[in-house]
This record gives sequence, C-alpha cells and structure tokens, in this order.
Amino acid sequence: MIYNQLLPYLLVSGVLFSVGLYGILERRSLIGILIAAELVLNAANVNFLAFGRFMDVDKAIGQIYSIFVIGLAAAEVAVGLSIVIAIYRKYRSINIEKLVKLKG
Amino acid sequence: MQLPSIGDLVFLCFVAITFLGAVMAVGLKNIFHNALSLALALLGTAGIFVFLHSEFLALMQVLIYAGAISIAIIFAVMLSPPISLKPKKRRLSKILVSLCVSALVFASLAYVFIKTPWPVSPDPDAGDYSVVHLGEVLIARYAFAFELISVVLLVAILGALVIAREEPGEKAKQTFPELEEERWAP
Repeated sequence: MIYNQLLPYLLVSGVLFSVGLYGILERRSLIGILIAAELVLNAANVNFLAFGRFMDVDKAIGQIYSIFVIGLAAAEVAVGLSIVIAIYRKYRSINIEKLVKLKG
Repeated sequence: MQLPSIGDLVFLCFVAITFLGAVMAVGLKNIFHNALSLALALLGTAGIFVFLHSEFLALMQVLIYAGAISIAIIFAVMLSPPISLKPKKRRLSKILVSLCVSALVFASLAYVFIKTPWPVSPDPDAGDYSVVHLGEVLIARYAFAFELISVVLLVAILGALVIAREEPGEKAKQTFPELEEERWAP
C-alpha cells in the first residue's frame, strides 16, 4: 500500500520542488521561470495536504493552507505576466540576460 | 513478491504523469510546449490530491490551476519565438550547475524526509474530510485568511491592470523584431 504512507507523498513533493528549482536556475526566459515557480508552489501544496492527512490534526487545516497557496499563485501569475508584458514593451525581449539597466 | 494493488498502480500512474509534465515543463525549449506540459503536471497533481482525500482541492486544482493559470501562461505564446525558428542551444555549464544544485537540494530533502520519525497518526482516514466541515472552518476559525486572500486577489488584479497598461504617450512600434533571432531566450 504505497498510497497509504506518508513518505511517497513527501518524495513526490521533493522531486517537484527540485525540478522547479532547476527550472528557475537554468531558464533564461522570464515566462519559463514563472512556469518553474508554479511547480515549486505545487510541491508545497502536495506537502500541506500530505501532512494534513497523515498527522493527527483537524483535516480541514491542510486544505485551507492549500487553498491559500492556490489563491496566492493566481495573484502571482497575474502580476508576473503583466510585469513580463511591461518588460517586453520596454526591451522588446523577455530574455533575463538583456535586463541589465540596473547593473552598477 | 507481493503484487501491487490497483490503488498503487493508479497512484503510480498519477505520479508518473506529474513527473513527466514537470520535466517537460522545464526541459522543452519552446515556451508554448512548456505551458502545455505545466498543465499536464498540474492535472497529475490533482489526481494525487484525490488520494489525499482532498476532492475539493483536486477540483480547485483543475479549475484554477490547470484551467485559469495555465491558460494565462499560454497567452504568453505571443511573446514566444515562432515554432519554425530553430531553438537556441542552452549553455552546458549552466545546465550542469543547475542540475548539481537541484540534485543536492533533493538529496538533503530526501534525507530529512526519510530520517525524521514523523508522528503519523495511527488511523489517517479518521476525521472529517467533508466540504461542509472545510467551509465551516474556513469561514469561522480561519476567516482572517479568507478575507486576506480576497484582498490580495483584488489588489493583484488592479496592479496587473496598472502595470500592463500602455503608457498614454507610448505608441506601439511597428517593427518586425521576430527577424532578430538572438533576442529569444532559450
């Protein structure tokens, strides 16, 4: 019974987090980084729900944390994409290596 | 050797879908393909949520994440290079460094996960998972989080509109920068 233990869920969320971290470090495109950040937030969701199910707590608490994270992710994507569009207007590019205006 | 049960097989299928989507979301070169793979990974995660007795969250995941957020990102296809353009090569040193860092983070996470004696409750299926209970707790005890997230969403919508709005004096430049290859990010 794999799905009735805590450890597999934790490992799944660990893998998701690591893949997202790899994407954030390696991608040069702003939207690619945004996509990788979504994976990291998703890993947090899996973790909250797994601990909410397997620990001796009120079963609603983990789900409420996850709802909060989903709401924050929606807000983050809205603001992030509008920032990407504003940057594209100014630089005609979304490659982060071109954004060097603040470089000392 | 014990045969895996049906539940195990379905669970492993969802895990495989999630991992495949996640790897493709960061590995493929075209942003459009990345966004579609992200939707796949999010759908796989919704299946995992069902195994955690969070059917309501699985529904919200499909509606909000796979429905709204991925579609918003797919709008970014406007900013992505044409598929016919040959994708740029990524730098090998950057890939190696990122791989090392994320593998190290995963190794330490897995070590902590395996070594910690988690105080798991003896009967994880006991307890009230129902949506009724969830709604009562959300409105009563966690009302502050509920109100906070509404304010955050309102401010984010207004902020996104203000940031993405075109400046009054600014005119759209009529250039065809698609022809300059080097500005597309890998």
